[in-house]
Amino acid sequence: MMKEKKKHTWRHKDLLGIENLSEEDLVLILDQATGFKEVLARPIPKVPTLRGKTIVTLFCEPSTRTRASFDLAAKRLSADTLNIAASSSSFLKGESLKDTARNLEAMKIDMIIMRHECAGAPHFLAGEVNAAVINAGDGFHEHPTQALLDIYTIREKLGKFKGVKVSIIGDIAHSRVARSNILALSKLGAEVTVCGPKTLIPAEMEKMGVRVVYGLKDALEGADVINVLRIQLERQKKALFPSTREYINLFGITKEKLDRHAKEDVVIMHPGPVNRGVEITQEVADSRYSVILDQVTNGVAVRMAVLFLMGHNKNLEQKEVPTKLHN
Amino acid sequence: MSIIIRNGRLVDPKNGVDEKIDIFIDKGKVQKTGKNLKDKAGTEIDAEGKIVAPGLVDMHTHLREPGREDKETIETGARAAIAGGFTTVCAMPNTEPPCDTRALAEYIIEKAERTKLATVLPIGAITKGRKSEQLTEMAELREAGCAAFSDDGDSVKSAALMRRALEYASMLGALVISHCEDRDLAGDGVMNEGYWSTLLGMKPIPREAESLIVERDVCLAERADARLHIAHISTAESVEIVRRAKKQGLKISAEVTPHHFSLTDAELKSYDTAFKVNPPLRTEKDILALKKGLKDGTIDVIATDHAPHLENEKEMEFDHAPFGMTALETALSLSVENLLTEGLLDWPGLIRLLSVNPCRLLGYGRGSLEEGAVADVVVIDPSAKWVYEKEKVFSKATNSPFLGKKMTARVTDVIVSGRETLRNGQMKY
Amino acid sequence: MNIRTKSKVLDQPGIRRSVQRIAHEIIEKNQGLENVAIIGIKTRGAYLAERIAESMAGIEGKKIPVGALDITMYRDDLTEIAEQPVVHATEIGFDITGKKIILVDDVLFSGRTVRCALDELIDFGRPANIQLAVLIDRGHRELPIRPDYTGKNIPTSKKESVEVRLKETDGSEEVVVVEAEKEER
Repeated sequence: MMKEKKKHTWRHKDLLGIENLSEEDLVLILDQATGFKEVLARPIPKVPTLRGKTIVTLFCEPSTRTRASFDLAAKRLSADTLNIAASSSSFLKGESLKDTARNLEAMKIDMIIMRHECAGAPHFLAGEVNAAVINAGDGFHEHPTQALLDIYTIREKLGKFKGVKVSIIGDIAHSRVARSNILALSKLGAEVTVCGPKTLIPAEMEKMGVRVVYGLKDALEGADVINVLRIQLERQKKALFPSTREYINLFGITKEKLDRHAKEDVVIMHPGPVNRGVEITQEVADSRYSVILDQVTNGVAVRMAVLFLMGHNKNLEQKEVPTKLHN
Repeated sequence: MSIIIRNGRLVDPKNGVDEKIDIFIDKGKVQKTGKNLKDKAGTEIDAEGKIVAPGLVDMHTHLREPGREDKETIETGARAAIAGGFTTVCAMPNTEPPCDTRALAEYIIEKAERTKLATVLPIGAITKGRKSEQLTEMAELREAGCAAFSDDGDSVKSAALMRRALEYASMLGALVISHCEDRDLAGDGVMNEGYWSTLLGMKPIPREAESLIVERDVCLAERADARLHIAHISTAESVEIVRRAKKQGLKISAEVTPHHFSLTDAELKSYDTAFKVNPPLRTEKDILALKKGLKDGTIDVIATDHAPHLENEKEMEFDHAPFGMTALETALSLSVENLLTEGLLDWPGLIRLLSVNPCRLLGYGRGSLEEGAVADVVVIDPSAKWVYEKEKVFSKATNSPFLGKKMTARVTDVIVSGRETLRNGQMKY
Repeated sequence: MNIRTKSKVLDQPGIRRSVQRIAHEIIEKNQGLENVAIIGIKTRGAYLAERIAESMAGIEGKKIPVGALDITMYRDDLTEIAEQPVVHATEIGFDITGKKIILVDDVLFSGRTVRCALDELIDFGRPANIQLAVLIDRGHRELPIRPDYTGKNIPTSKKESVEVRLKETDGSEEVVVVEAEKEER
């Protein structure tokens, strides 16, 4: 007998991070995304769901794939999109983020998708505007839709989260992908291990409920999923690791290391863009373990689900970011 | 103009007084204290249920003048000081230009005198232009009225130069106030390194950026036999270094700000830039250590580090907003709420930290209500509840996380050199 | 909101008979099942489509392609409805171009759901024609849409609503007219 499950309702004005979401919110997005993934396979992969809505992508940091993915998701839902690329501190020359927010508000925008180099910038924006704000990556803080597409991909491949062992390898300290993934996976009952040079593991990491290891072998053994992060080569200049060569030796994912330590059916993920031959070899990136391209497809579906939920939201709780008392 | 304050609880720890007695003020001085004084005065203040204490003295204030009068002026800062119960504030020299010459020191003193509000004592820079290159003419600055020396905002970069500064100051008997921060280690960090910086993805400042320089400067002060005061101490490790130095008999003292013993780095989860301060807000563990230090005398002084900024400077991405919060008008209430009501300190203990000890360290003849003393007096309603509202702020700036919050204990009357400046909560000038 | 059941208009045998009759009519009108496919509107229309297809297979000995359509993304009232819609996947595992499509829903009311379904179907291809089958037609059309096959016509007032309950979704088999005693929004 198929009684319909008790329906969970989305109540967030903004999507600022995984941190503010409940397990039910996460599952709701994933379930909705399944419906949207099917749309992508249609002869005409476009639905009129967000017709008449205007969505701005405000990217204050260079990004190609995340912006393209959001843009495509919005277009697949028939929303009008406007792309604003801005240098880190100004929308128009010399303008503050607060002024940018006010300008966007005056333009009667429905949703703002924001990428910013400073942690908390989307939170600030959300406190200033009535439009829904979606965080597309803020500093080293969060990248919620990346985590959503990652967990979607994991669910697609493994069918569950409880007890699933996920190892995240690389520069954890400077990774918003790592933080959002850790938060999402923990909420869903997966077991997360992080692994990287000690210089790239942030303080008191264990308190986020993860296991920290410095040997790649320990991260690979028993893992169901390995999420390999992009290593920013410029970190080397700040003496965070000695050389690319040594990084590859210690933490690079190679076929040989996988064969020796990992499970045979391990799933390899990477948020992209891939530095082939550095954090992961070409052979592994293109191997049968790799779901890197599934992640890209799922990214559009997950972002459609997010835009849909945010675009038709009559069940708002209070703003998550308090509006300033003054003004 | 004579004033008599009746029925108050006179708390004058320097003279061992804590009882319900009256105080008679005339000609700028305390004329007498005693039970049921029969004298008649021009102004009668009924202090029933209130605390009467020597005026509070803030060793660490940023008045921004000269240079950034848009943020605060000597006058607005002095007004905020009075509202907070401070009859004297020490102006840190990180102005534009920095206070490193006699002319600037005298300018500040005169400008403050004209306000008829709080007394302002300039702190002279340790190095010219605060550039960590050459020492300032400390002897002349002292003569001009500088109460101590500091490059606050920065540590003196080289240990060698700091050594010379301590030696030179000790020759003059002057106090050196050290802002302890290793800039290399702090990097472009914006908050305390720990669980919260990790969770929030914010650039971290390791606690060692402070304790390392505390340790360095204590070592150098020992060698120079100098009087060293650690500004805005914030970590458990720093407290421990100071405790050890005091045990050794070194001339080391330390101050803590009200926000460092009231707030933790968990507050930053709101990304509210009002919480962005330097040194950064620390952890529960540090607050416990700071409180222990206040109780056992390791920490001598509560100082505000009042740091006014414009609203538009703070309404920004957290990384881009300036460090600092205003504090003159909230310091007393926060001290009462966090130290007194918890039973950690009593009123005499609190007045020691806010008045007696700063005066002792600065060699400043206030902080006492004995007969003949300059009449700097504050009257406090210890149980008054009030809301720190933006509209009622006296400082030019409102960058405080306590805006809109309920506070306990309020200053009702302030007398500076026998002159009423605040009467029943109303500013006289 | 208190909901009062006013009357039961179809019971289990009634639903079964209606489904069978619709199956017969479809076969008759299309002179067999050549090039016919059936697509139900989720959720209950999809189960009815499945049943009609079963019934036709019993008569003609041939199972036609069955699909299910989720019309949430095509609704024109998304900005107005208070309740948050849930998106499910549309499942059409065959090419609809050139096919005669039988579109199935449980209750025909304003016609807006059918309009959404037509829009969506056309995005999947170009069918030869689309025919509409409904279990209940309760009137009050707001769009020029009429059913080709109807299980039962039930005149209703606008205050009333018709609930089709199927064992797959509701655990029982009946069609009832209900009335909200007090409107609460």
